[in-house]
Amino acid sequence: MTIPDLSAKHTDSRANGTQAAHARNPGMPLDLGWVKAARVNKSAAERRAATMGTRRSVKKDTQAAWLLRAITCIDLTTLSGDDTPSNVQRLCAKARQPVRQEMLDALGVGDLGITTGAVCVYHNRVADAVRALEGTNIPVAAVSTGFPAGLSPLKTRIEEIKASVAAGAKEIDIVISREHAINQNWQALYDEVRQFREACGDAHMKSILATGELPHLRSVMMASLVCMMAGSDFIKTSTGKEPVNATLEVSLVMLRAIRAYQERTGIKVGFKPAGGIRTAKQIMNFQILMKEELGDDWLFPDLFRVGASGLLTDIERQLSHHLTGRYAADYYMPMG
Amino acid sequence: MSVREIFQNMTYGTAPEAPDVAKAWLDAHGRKFDLFINNQWEAPKDATYLTTYAPATTEKLADVADAKAADVSAAYDAARAAFPKWSALSGHTRARFMYAIARNLQKHSRLLAVLESLDNGKTIRETRDLDVPLAARHFYHHAGWAQLMEHELAEYAPVGVVGQIIPWNFPLLMLAWKIAPAIAMGNTVVIKPAPFTPLTALLFAEIVAESGLPPGVINIVTGGDDAGIAITAHTGFDKIAFTGSTNVGKIIRRATAGRGIKLSLELGGKSPFIVFDDADQDAAVEGLVDAIWFNQGQVCCAGSRLLVQESIAEGFYAKVRARMGKLRIGHSLDKSIDIGAIIDPTQRETIEGWVKRGAAEGANVYQPECELPSQGCWFPPTLITNVEPASAIVQEEIFGPVVVAMPFRSHKEAIALANNTRYGLAASVWSENVNLSLDVATKIKAGSVWVNCTNLFDAASGFGGYRESGYGREGGREGLFEYVRPKWQTEKSRTTKNTKDTKKENGHVSAPFPASVTTRTSTSELPSIDRTAKLFIGGKQARPDGNYVRPILNADGSRAGDVGDGNRKDIRDAVEAARSAQESWAGKNGHARAQILYYLAENLSARADEFAKRIAALTGCKLNEGRAEVEQSIERLFTYAAYADKYGGTIQETTLRGIVLGVSEPVGVIGIACPNDAPLLAFVSLTAAAICRGNAVVVIPSERYPLIATDFYQVIETSDVPGGVINIVTGARETLVKTLAEHDHVESVWYFGTQDGVTLVEKASADNMKRTWAEPEGWRDWRDDSQSTGEAILHEAVQVKNIWLPTGE
Repeated sequence: MTIPDLSAKHTDSRANGTQAAHARNPGMPLDLGWVKAARVNKSAAERRAATMGTRRSVKKDTQAAWLLRAITCIDLTTLSGDDTPSNVQRLCAKARQPVRQEMLDALGVGDLGITTGAVCVYHNRVADAVRALEGTNIPVAAVSTGFPAGLSPLKTRIEEIKASVAAGAKEIDIVISREHAINQNWQALYDEVRQFREACGDAHMKSILATGELPHLRSVMMASLVCMMAGSDFIKTSTGKEPVNATLEVSLVMLRAIRAYQERTGIKVGFKPAGGIRTAKQIMNFQILMKEELGDDWLFPDLFRVGASGLLTDIERQLSHHLTGRYAADYYMPMG
Repeated sequence: MSVREIFQNMTYGTAPEAPDVAKAWLDAHGRKFDLFINNQWEAPKDATYLTTYAPATTEKLADVADAKAADVSAAYDAARAAFPKWSALSGHTRARFMYAIARNLQKHSRLLAVLESLDNGKTIRETRDLDVPLAARHFYHHAGWAQLMEHELAEYAPVGVVGQIIPWNFPLLMLAWKIAPAIAMGNTVVIKPAPFTPLTALLFAEIVAESGLPPGVINIVTGGDDAGIAITAHTGFDKIAFTGSTNVGKIIRRATAGRGIKLSLELGGKSPFIVFDDADQDAAVEGLVDAIWFNQGQVCCAGSRLLVQESIAEGFYAKVRARMGKLRIGHSLDKSIDIGAIIDPTQRETIEGWVKRGAAEGANVYQPECELPSQGCWFPPTLITNVEPASAIVQEEIFGPVVVAMPFRSHKEAIALANNTRYGLAASVWSENVNLSLDVATKIKAGSVWVNCTNLFDAASGFGGYRESGYGREGGREGLFEYVRPKWQTEKSRTTKNTKDTKKENGHVSAPFPASVTTRTSTSELPSIDRTAKLFIGGKQARPDGNYVRPILNADGSRAGDVGDGNRKDIRDAVEAARSAQESWAGKNGHARAQILYYLAENLSARADEFAKRIAALTGCKLNEGRAEVEQSIERLFTYAAYADKYGGTIQETTLRGIVLGVSEPVGVIGIACPNDAPLLAFVSLTAAAICRGNAVVVIPSERYPLIATDFYQVIETSDVPGGVINIVTGARETLVKTLAEHDHVESVWYFGTQDGVTLVEKASADNMKRTWAEPEGWRDWRDDSQSTGEAILHEAVQVKNIWLPTGE
């Protein structure tokens, strides 16, 4: 298989943003030796993950700033069978104005145009979201490739990507064939993801490993490496539909894979935990993990996204508490 | 910095834990504390106090009593007075008191954590998440042992009043490690916290009172060297437990030699942290952070010698350097820091001195750029490469956040480098290969080996050292033995002689020249063929180096024969032989060792009559008494043959998910000086107990009746005992045992002789911190199975290594 030149400069001009431009991941030939040399010690990973939130504490103004930053990294998501144009439009309105303006003003960031990182929907709702976000820089992300199981025909999955890109999705969240990872058929996984990447074109590709369905942390590390070699812009933990979603130890392993990939290729790949992240406390633990394991670049939306819906409300309540000193009720926060 | 700025630069800021309550507690005491004796605050008799400071800010925290000998004596008297009643309580009652202490520790956990962090300078994360919970866990676990003592340790009694001295690096945790097992087993204690860090002990004093413990059970005397010396000098203590430096440990060993008290010492270390090429390297880097930057590296078991497989070494060092750049140093109460303050400027200077010396020796010293607070006492994390075992900084304990790193080529070399140290406290092994990691874990000489983890502790796992890291264990069942004695020992004074020993006046220690001309030799016309016993070294009969012999007389005064008069060179040769045989002997499985012990019994049985006659002739006992001693010796061989595959260790029930193996490893080379009483039985009992668990021995047989042991050569030779496992050197007991006690390759000395000899052995043992089992002969009755077989004996033949094996894929 030839390796097409997929390199392009990624620039993030959004107000959310941000960091210096960095090169998109062009991928590289599959290096099976590297993949197979992966070692992950589960109990050590658990220990590191468990103490992440105990070694760092983010309080007061720092906490408010970090939570605002977290908002800019949210892929505000709805992935339900009963999604219709109206609830997607409501979600998009929340993405544009994730926090009440007077709160943003009080925090001194009212003029920064803070929005969520993206809105994430199924293909059939892409057009609705694109329309609702007109005039903003908020990208629409589409889950694709037979989400969440990824068991549709390959051809169909590739067509689905193309259709979503054509409908205006700037980001495509693909799911890998778990079978290839479970059976360690890394060549097959590589080839599949490579084809997805080609189908994405200029749209950024986030590869969902569905780690809750992979046998162990070592396979998470291996699949992460293969997906990056195949040109993923982001690697993502979960669809949100597996029994276990974004845990800190799984994330730790994926971040270490990202670090190894950068050490070897110089390319920075993004990370997206998704599923089960509902509280401000949780997202701050992820932010600490990003900062400690990868560095500050990975705290900004071009390299860090979090797939969530309810999280935003909890962040708003924490910001409200920061401003007023009183604990806020969720019905004071506009619905998304 | 504004929210807006932080939103852009994403810095951490500070997250201070409020010290208000801790400071209010200090204020409530007027920032001045007396001694805790009999559950009361007692002013020190000479009204002197010392000051404790917060290392992170140099702010003065409080004055505490500076106890002197008179205060220690008063505390001792309180503990002694409390002992009869406390030790007589049911285990269940003691368990309830200890449970109350554990609960109260938990209730006051945040106050304890904040106070500890202030007083020591260590991070609030560590005191909150490790020190205090582990201390509470220790009391819970040992409440359980108090509950079970009457069943699980039915043959044991408390030792009495215990003096305990603890260091400044884990003030509350070390207090828990010392007090919990002591009071669980029915002892009462006088404990001295370190002068730098007395405050949590004083808060603990209030928890003791709050928990309703009877007055005098726990007495806390703050103070400096004077108080410490007073504890070691006070002859009333039945046991002394010390955690601290190896040098002070040696001083304590010498100071208490001959007193007949129990002693446990938990001393220094230079523990290896070994990374193999198939390790999860990112995990190992985090492990190293916990190994050497935990508590600023002021940890006796700190992983301070990093050994990395050569093929990955440079890459691994790069990962470590990158990780070091993320470490944050700062005020101990900041919840976002990794490294707190060094305990005291003197300690900081010591650390700096070592690092400078390393640099002067040509080492590469790496320290990341990191902000150090302007006030307080700090040292940056330090990685030193380009060092060799020949460098002083590789050999010596630095006790700071400094790790030295060296490459190794093979797993054999890793083991050799790991063991190339006077210490043996702990080790950490990183590999995803279970065969490799277990092989290395079993071959490292250290009390705790952590596989793919590091610095894990639990009340159910005994912590303690090999070699100059000390002896005794803290935690687990093995740790209880430090605080009990077999009941017969507490019921019978050490100076009480066995009434059963009717022949102790017989026999005769001769000078190494011919017997007097009046000595009868033979009554027959035909002279007997001369049999001059040689020494038995390395499986061969060897002529004594000095070429002197001693005549040995029968009880009736007639000449029984001659034995070689061994000297220090013979001891040297015997130790070399034992040393070279020991490893492969320990490597044999228990079944194989048992077979050889049974074979000894078989061959002794075949010559029972001859031995019985010899015993009778030499000692003057009746022939049937001689026969009984031979029969009992055969039985002992069976007993220890049985134990050869039944005392290998336990699974420790710690809080780890995984398996913790408490392996009873052989001690190594044991020197044994036998008593004159029961000359065959004692010789056989001691030798068999040692070798059944894989030790090799150098035995000095009964000085009066050595022919019994020399006759035994032929039993050994016909029983497939590998050469060097049993070595026998006859001669002057006190002279020979001194050489054994001073020999660095002898790991333990068992001595049964005079009171002076006990003192000599214990004093000389301090040089390499070897273990000793030394007591006056005649105290223990070798014919009494309850005194002379069983766990109390086997305990002397093993040292417990805990291997931590986390599981999970």
